[in-house]
Formats: sequence, C-alpha cells, structure tokens
Amino acid sequence: MDEAELVGAARGGDRQAFDELVRRTFVDTFTLARRLTGNEEDARDVVQDAYLRAWKGIGKFRGDAAFSTWLYRITANAAASHVQRRRRHRAEPFGDDFEPIDTRAEQLVSQGAESAESLDRIAVALDDLPAKLRSVVVLKDVYGMSHEAIADELGITVAAAKVRLHRARRKLRDVLYDEGAEANAV
Amino acid sequence: MRCDEMTALLPALVDGETVGFEAESHVETCLRCQAELARYRRLLRTLSMLRTRYAEPTPGLLGETLAVITEAAEHGARRTLLSGRRLAYAGAIGGSALAAGATAAVLIARSRKRALSLAG
Repeated sequence: MDEAELVGAARGGDRQAFDELVRRTFVDTFTLARRLTGNEEDARDVVQDAYLRAWKGIGKFRGDAAFSTWLYRITANAAASHVQRRRRHRAEPFGDDFEPIDTRAEQLVSQGAESAESLDRIAVALDDLPAKLRSVVVLKDVYGMSHEAIADELGITVAAAKVRLHRARRKLRDVLYDEGAEANAV
Repeated sequence: MRCDEMTALLPALVDGETVGFEAESHVETCLRCQAELARYRRLLRTLSMLRTRYAEPTPGLLGETLAVITEAAEHGARRTLLSGRRLAYAGAIGGSALAAGATAAVLIARSRKRALSLAG
C-alpha cells in the first residue's frame, strides 16, 4: 500500500494501517524530536506523544499536505508542550548526549557538500542553543517549515519566530565561524 | 551604513528578506559583509543537510509507542462504549419519567372530571 492508501485506511480506523505509517515515519519523527529537544530522553516522550496525537487526530487529516508534513507539525507542537512542562520542573532541561548514526554525510561529501565533521559540529552547536531558539532554527533551516507554520505550532507570532530564527543563526554563526572555529572548520 | 549595523540584518538578508535599500547597497560594495553573508549561506546549507542525517531511535521505542497507541485506542473504545451505555440509560430514565408524568396527568384529569360530575 502506498502512503495515501494507508492514510485513507487509518482515517477509517484501521489500526494496522496506522501502525504501518508509524513504522515508515518513525526514524524521521524521532530525529526531528531529538533535534528539537536536544536530548534522547525528551525525544522519546515527544515521539510517543506525537504519535498518540496523530492517532487521535487522523480523522481530521484532510490530506492537503503530505502525511510527513502533518506529522512534523504535530511533533513540533508536542515538543513545544514538552519543553514548557520540563521548564516548570527543572532548570537545565537539556543534555548533550546526541550520537548521530546516519552516514549519509559521506555521500554528501562525495557530492561536494559539507564534510561529516562540519555536520557533527553543527549538530552539537544546535544542541547547545537555548530550546526556544533551537526549535525555530531546526524547523525552518533543517526542515524547511514556513514562518507561519512554525509560529502556529509553537504558539508565537510570526514576528517572534523570525526574531528567534535570526538570533539562533547569529549564535550558530558565532560558534561555528568565529576566527578560532574557522581555523578548525573543514 | 556601517558594517556593525549590518550584523543584525545579515541573518535575515541570507533568506532574501528585504532589509532596506541602504543595507542592501552596503552589502553590494562591502567585501567584509559579503564574506559574512557567505558564512550565513554556508550555515544554511549545512543545516539543510542535517535533514537527512538520522538519529537512531532508542531500542524498543517503536514497540513501546505502538503499545501506547493500542492502550489509548482501547481506552477510547471503552469510553465510547460507556458513553453509549450512559446515553441509553439516560434515554431509558427520561422515557420512564415522561411516561410517569403522562400517566399522572391522565389520572389527575380523570379525578378532576369525577369530582366535577359528583358536585354537579
């Protein structure tokens, strides 16, 4: 079955079809949750919450956008709620235990793109950003979501989303391309 | 316009956002700001590459997630069943009350009629 057929069946209450959609999108959704939260523990909670919301809301999914795009928005919203809850309970909600495993970096290098080392450094720099800035830059610059969609899912204005994005980019630029870092950059 | 004034505008300019004629003219003639803009372009390029760099989900997380959905689905089905039963109970109670009211009204009407005929 292709994705549209699975979505159609899941909308009709077919659990097996929904489970198949979960399996097909799981790594992608986990990666987004991991990037948004900055640590694996929070990512686990966000992923489960996101799929639970998706199951409850699949009947309302009209199929205007791709299922994955719809799921990104749900995941972004779940991550924002999770970070807010975390903030109420502990001062420093984020760790730095991210170990990326995919390896398409080598492929990208061979295509003349950035090196694996650059990708590692930027992934670490992202994890070190404050949560508010990280979520916006991940959704916009990594996942290509619109300012409007980001603002909508994070419960902020479009202007606030842009301000956060520009601050995040400045911080990343400072970390990655200041004079000391530039010398190490590949 | 000076280069230090451009610092805040470059992260927007790299997206092609309009930052004003003066600022855009400055970048066109300033090598330092052009180099800085190139850094931001490189930053965006690298960030977009992270899109296909996947993180490995925690072992067992997929199974746990499916189990959570199953639990929620069953809970939802139980709730639907319960609310269905509640509706049926409410309907039965309402119907009985209506029937009792109607019977009482008929009885009262009859007793009034009887009292009137006795008085006449």
